[in-house]
Amino acid sequence: MNALSISMDAAWVLVGTIDDIPRQGSRRVHNGAMRIAVFRTADDRIFALEDKCPHKNGPLSAGIVHDGCVTCPLHNWVISLETGEAQGADEGRTSTFPVRIEGRNVYLDLMPTHAAR
Amino acid sequence: MTTKTEKLVIIGNGMAPGRMLEHLLEEAPGRYQVTIFNAEPRVNYDRIMLSPVLSGEKSYEQIVIHGDGWYETHGITLYKGHKVVAIDRIAKTVTSDHGVTEPYDKLVIATGSVPFIIPVPGKELPGVITYRDLDDVNAMLLAAQSRQKAIVIGGGLLGLEAAAGLAQRGMEVTVLHVMPTLMERQLDPAAGYLLQKAVEERGIKVICKANTKAILGNGKVEGVELDDGTVIPASLVVMAAGIRPNASLARDAGLATNRGIVVDAGMRTSDGDILAVGECAEVDGMVYGLVAPLYEMARIAASHLAGNSKSAFVHADTPTKLKVTGIDLYSLGDFADGDDREEIVLRDATAGVYKRVVLKDNRIIGTVLYGDTADGTWFNDLKKKRTDISAMRDTLIFGQAYQGGSPLDPAAAVAALPDDAEICGCNGVCKGKITATITARGLSSLDEVRAHTKASNSCGTCTGLVEQLMALTLGDRYNPKAVQPMCGCTDLGHDDVRRLIKAKALKSIPAVMQELEWKTSCGCAKCRPALNYYLVCDWPDEYADDYQSRFINERVHANIQKDGTYSVVPRMWGGMTSSKELRAIADVVDKFAIPAVKVTGGQRIDMLGIRKEDLPAVWADLGKAGFVSGQAYAKGLRTVKTCVGTDWCRFGTQDSTGLGIRIERFMWGSWTPAKLKMAVSGCPRNCAEATCKDVGVICVDSGYEIHFAGAAGLDIKGTEVLGLVKSEDEALLHIVALTQMYREQGRYLERIYKWAKRIGLDEIRRQIMEDTDKRQAYYERFVFSQKFAQVDPWSERVSGKDKHEFNPMAVIHKEAAE
Repeated sequence: MNALSISMDAAWVLVGTIDDIPRQGSRRVHNGAMRIAVFRTADDRIFALEDKCPHKNGPLSAGIVHDGCVTCPLHNWVISLETGEAQGADEGRTSTFPVRIEGRNVYLDLMPTHAAR
Repeated sequence: MTTKTEKLVIIGNGMAPGRMLEHLLEEAPGRYQVTIFNAEPRVNYDRIMLSPVLSGEKSYEQIVIHGDGWYETHGITLYKGHKVVAIDRIAKTVTSDHGVTEPYDKLVIATGSVPFIIPVPGKELPGVITYRDLDDVNAMLLAAQSRQKAIVIGGGLLGLEAAAGLAQRGMEVTVLHVMPTLMERQLDPAAGYLLQKAVEERGIKVICKANTKAILGNGKVEGVELDDGTVIPASLVVMAAGIRPNASLARDAGLATNRGIVVDAGMRTSDGDILAVGECAEVDGMVYGLVAPLYEMARIAASHLAGNSKSAFVHADTPTKLKVTGIDLYSLGDFADGDDREEIVLRDATAGVYKRVVLKDNRIIGTVLYGDTADGTWFNDLKKKRTDISAMRDTLIFGQAYQGGSPLDPAAAVAALPDDAEICGCNGVCKGKITATITARGLSSLDEVRAHTKASNSCGTCTGLVEQLMALTLGDRYNPKAVQPMCGCTDLGHDDVRRLIKAKALKSIPAVMQELEWKTSCGCAKCRPALNYYLVCDWPDEYADDYQSRFINERVHANIQKDGTYSVVPRMWGGMTSSKELRAIADVVDKFAIPAVKVTGGQRIDMLGIRKEDLPAVWADLGKAGFVSGQAYAKGLRTVKTCVGTDWCRFGTQDSTGLGIRIERFMWGSWTPAKLKMAVSGCPRNCAEATCKDVGVICVDSGYEIHFAGAAGLDIKGTEVLGLVKSEDEALLHIVALTQMYREQGRYLERIYKWAKRIGLDEIRRQIMEDTDKRQAYYERFVFSQKFAQVDPWSERVSGKDKHEFNPMAVIHKEAAE
């Protein structure tokens, strides 16, 4: 675990390395009271979303990661990792956070780009 | 009619004698005491289906015709692995190579045929095999694992099926055929050419006019040399150059033989008490290798044995079909050119269709169809009835749909067939028999129709026709089990995927997706957990469980709740607990401020509302008290609920608690297609509610009644009885075997009652209660897989496994900036 103290004006926060996250898996970052799920896809792309399904707040970090999406463990909503949008007939959006990779290091911008809907 | 039971001895246990016995048991039950000698060490199976076994489309289990139980039920003695070496016609006895001598009143010789081995140097080398029985198939499968080169000598029906099977198993195959075109006995050169192209498209090399000069190799096969000096390397040579009737035993016994054992139209040899049926028999100068005439011989022989001496074998042409998936080919009768013959030919090169009908005096005498064989049955019907076709001559070749008026759809074409049109050539079943049986017995599934009419029960090429007949007869009630794809990532259904995982030895999720052409790059949340289960089940020792393809509950070994917290249920074996265990639970609840504690329906205790981060510490404390995971989250064995049985109860008949604990200790940790809940009740009052469980036991004075396929969830359903066994050991054996059968056949998330409905209760009872070999094999596979499954997941995680699941990646303290 990486315990960090940051000042809010630092745009990018180092949260760990790519290798901390299992492929097709996810890890959680505690951002104060908020939980952020950081995902790693089969082809090593990294995404960060608030760990909260727009449906009933299910922890997306506990879902199954597939093809740029995660399926929520509570009721199988499928959320796009890139946009946070619910796929298919479901409607809703989870906040996403910009990710920057330097070497193996993963940085998050903790200002959400999309507010939850 | 005799008063005492006569002794009937049968030499050989292939398809013809098997069918003969079925007829005989129907016509004259109890008349004979039957003894069978089988040179092969197994029961009777469908030899025509060996090619699908070779290619992986079927398993041996699926092609068994009569299991052990069938012989037991009918009081038939079967000597497996006994080859008869002598017939003493004076003493009326036969003797096997193991020294067993049996007397007979009537003897049936059904020794079949032997493969023809072309007499070339090197034919004895290891690596040269024939294609005749299951042992040959197993030898080929073993050789195919090397993924090396194979040569098939013989471009006939058998040779091409062997080549296709080996190619599908990953070998590089060359077919050597001595004639100018493939299957020249059944196909004219044009169709032979199309066939060659189709075979070559499958990556199989075909060399026609190839005379094998020698098989080369030093100690084992290394290649084949042709007459023209060409040398083709190979590590496997399959001889499929034809078969010869196996008449040597009869010849040694002094019976009249020619090419085969000479019999009259009643299947009697030159000795009135000895009959011959099958490929070894020669009737009216003809020997046969296709199943339909062999089954006809079986019928005639049975009828004679039953005392009806009138029935007589009549020659009939049998259509030939090739069992290679994707190649449609049909040939019938005489199609040689001749001055007194006319022919009608249709060629469509683009579509790969070739049709030829040979006529004599305006009547069909032969047909070759390639690419589109739908009208084979119709042409066969016209030929059999010697219908004068002059009126429809202009449109004959287009098929039945074009006769009179506008084109018909295929269903209408089947509807238009007369009742006596033959649908299943192998078993000689006509349309009227099928439709009448469907109606009379209220049949609704293909398997039922197969069971009751035998149509589509042998080679299976008429399955489409039978399904159309079902649709016609049943109308809207017919649900043509259209294969439901697993998910949007594939068109394959669960059963196909399971079969192909085994057949192609696919041992990882990426391998399955690659080989089975998944449409998505890495699957979805529906198919990945299913594939993970199938691979865990099929390759317990080799497959590395993919945790990212498991649902969260199975990944973190607890049950996720609506607020993202978890619940934890430790195992309480058979529902028994103690003050020490209860105290440990109380301490854990206090220490971690667990908000809710509840007693479950499966006789254990659930602690709800635990934070994910706390799970390993909770488990560590529970583990110290001796608890292991109750797997209350698993698609696997959950609980075995029990009543107190003979320990305490005044009505108890057996130690139900002890048996429940024994089952749970034996089976915990096993993954199953869906959750598996069990119960053991000590008497029929059934306090453990065993009759609505997936598997239940009701103890009775005389033993243990095993139940299964109950449900008490979305559906409510009482269990079915599997059978009664006498001892605890047997109860465990049967339950384990049943579970393994379900593990191997169930679709992911399919509860046992749904699986049982799909497979059929009788079939499950047959395999588990009657077929001792199968039961034992299931049991052993389960035991083997348990070696890898019985690891307590909680203690593993207490020791640090999958730490990342429980710990945050980073904790950011915002207050520093505020």
